[in-house]
Amino acid sequence: MDDIDRSLLSLLEEDCLTPLHDLAVMLGCSDEEVEKRKKQLEEDGIIRRYSAVINWEQVDKGAVYAIIELKVAPERDYGYDRIAARISRFSNVRNLRLRTGTHDLQLLVKGKSMQEIARFVSEQIAPMERIRETATHIIMKTYKENGVLYVEREDGQRLPFSF
Amino acid sequence: MLSVKTDNACHSRSDQRKRDFVSERAKVIPPSGIRRFFDLAGQMEDVISLGVGEPDYSTPWHICDAAITSIEQGHTAYTSNTGMESLRRELARFLRDRYQVEYNPMSEMIITTGVSEGLDIVIRAVTNPGDEVLVIDPSYVSYAPCVTMAGGTPVPVPCTEKNRFRLTADVLMEHITPQSKALILNFPNNPTGGVMRREDLEAIADVAIDHDLLILSDEVYAELTYEGHHTATASIEGLWDRTITLSGFSKAFAMTGWRLGYLCAPPDITAATLKIHQYVMLSAPTMSQYAALEALKNGEEAMREMVREYHLRRNLFVDGLNRIGLSCHTPEGAFYAFPSVKGTGLTDYEFAERLITEAGVAVVPGSVFGNNGIGHVRCSYAVSRQELTEAIRRMDEFIRSLP
Repeated sequence: MDDIDRSLLSLLEEDCLTPLHDLAVMLGCSDEEVEKRKKQLEEDGIIRRYSAVINWEQVDKGAVYAIIELKVAPERDYGYDRIAARISRFSNVRNLRLRTGTHDLQLLVKGKSMQEIARFVSEQIAPMERIRETATHIIMKTYKENGVLYVEREDGQRLPFSF
Repeated sequence: MLSVKTDNACHSRSDQRKRDFVSERAKVIPPSGIRRFFDLAGQMEDVISLGVGEPDYSTPWHICDAAITSIEQGHTAYTSNTGMESLRRELARFLRDRYQVEYNPMSEMIITTGVSEGLDIVIRAVTNPGDEVLVIDPSYVSYAPCVTMAGGTPVPVPCTEKNRFRLTADVLMEHITPQSKALILNFPNNPTGGVMRREDLEAIADVAIDHDLLILSDEVYAELTYEGHHTATASIEGLWDRTITLSGFSKAFAMTGWRLGYLCAPPDITAATLKIHQYVMLSAPTMSQYAALEALKNGEEAMREMVREYHLRRNLFVDGLNRIGLSCHTPEGAFYAFPSVKGTGLTDYEFAERLITEAGVAVVPGSVFGNNGIGHVRCSYAVSRQELTEAIRRMDEFIRSLP
């Protein structure tokens, strides 16, 4: 992992559709080398996948996102890992993190409706062994996601010419 | 009793003036060379402007926040003439750490309203009528007029493409006369992106010392150096006590609108310049000084990120220019490319004018920056990569359309 790899990663993170040749020119190396480095980063699991940042709120008007916090009793030898692995298998769980603070695990869950989220929490998550407590927070509006603004912002204007 | 005028007498224009009130000094200053382009750009839609001389970033938010907080706390009065002591001390640390130059924040530093003000007042502080001031050519448009307004005579010293837009000792020597007093340098250079490395500065140091010249070094693009690290003129052996370092926050920290710069000089020159600063400016804007303090303390990471991005854009854009047949040396600093348009058969003015009207890309004709800019155009790459790519595409199409 050198400076070129790091620069390549941030370029791809920002726009993974940047043409290979442009990447090569910017990084000052050959097309083949960029190809090779990219492949290596994929194989090493550093690049997990290439995806788009989509404002689903604009598409699925009814969709509901919720943050669910869980208090969990950790297991001897495994800590939180096994229960986290189990929860992460649900496809509607978009993010799952172990965190500090009042709760242990934090999930971001997507549902078609409030009822669906409620059912998921009460029927799938809460009854699990070792889950001591749940707290569900419905997301009302997203302002920024993955470093990308979701709200229109008035940008400053520059003069067309200045010295 | 308060009387209110209701007629429009205050708007009437009489032609009773017999004298021309405009001074000879103001008359001799050349008007801006690109007024016409402003008008052209204003008439057109969907213009990609590579004519800008400022970052496309907004000021990093933590810097803005520091200024807002200072206003909330009521810091809205004048500061000391030289600027806030906390800012000067932080600046002294920054200059020592980054460029290995020592300046005493109490006697060798003035916070100015942009580099523009620093340049004006220091030129006035050192120029006598009849003094010749050597000005690198091409260069930023203000240097020569500031010398003229101070009663001096600007003498252009060519920095040609052949020399990678650097100043060489030979060329400098050719332009020195008994009247030569000072030399204005600006590296990394606007408009060429040229950089003077340590050995280049050392070569001209001997000439400056032999001829007892003062050097005014505008280093506002210092942080935007892509190959290696910036060398400050004052850090060269024997130059500290004959150098005035001018710089500011505009370019590196994306703070052009804050109007904040500084000048550092030996104590006698600082004291003389301070007198002028006291009378014409009093002090630099207080909220901007708080912003600058935050920039110096915590702004390095955001600044590095912007510089990294300019570096990537430079590679992308210069490669594109050369690919479409506009030969361009690799600028090692600032955010300008300065390609030659001689191959198109057009003058730089014709090229710029036709490019904006026929292809919707705005660039600045090189001759605006001096005779040695003739045949070149200045293109700023402080615009997004998407726009740079599209600009290259449009320029390519335009060049192909030429006979």
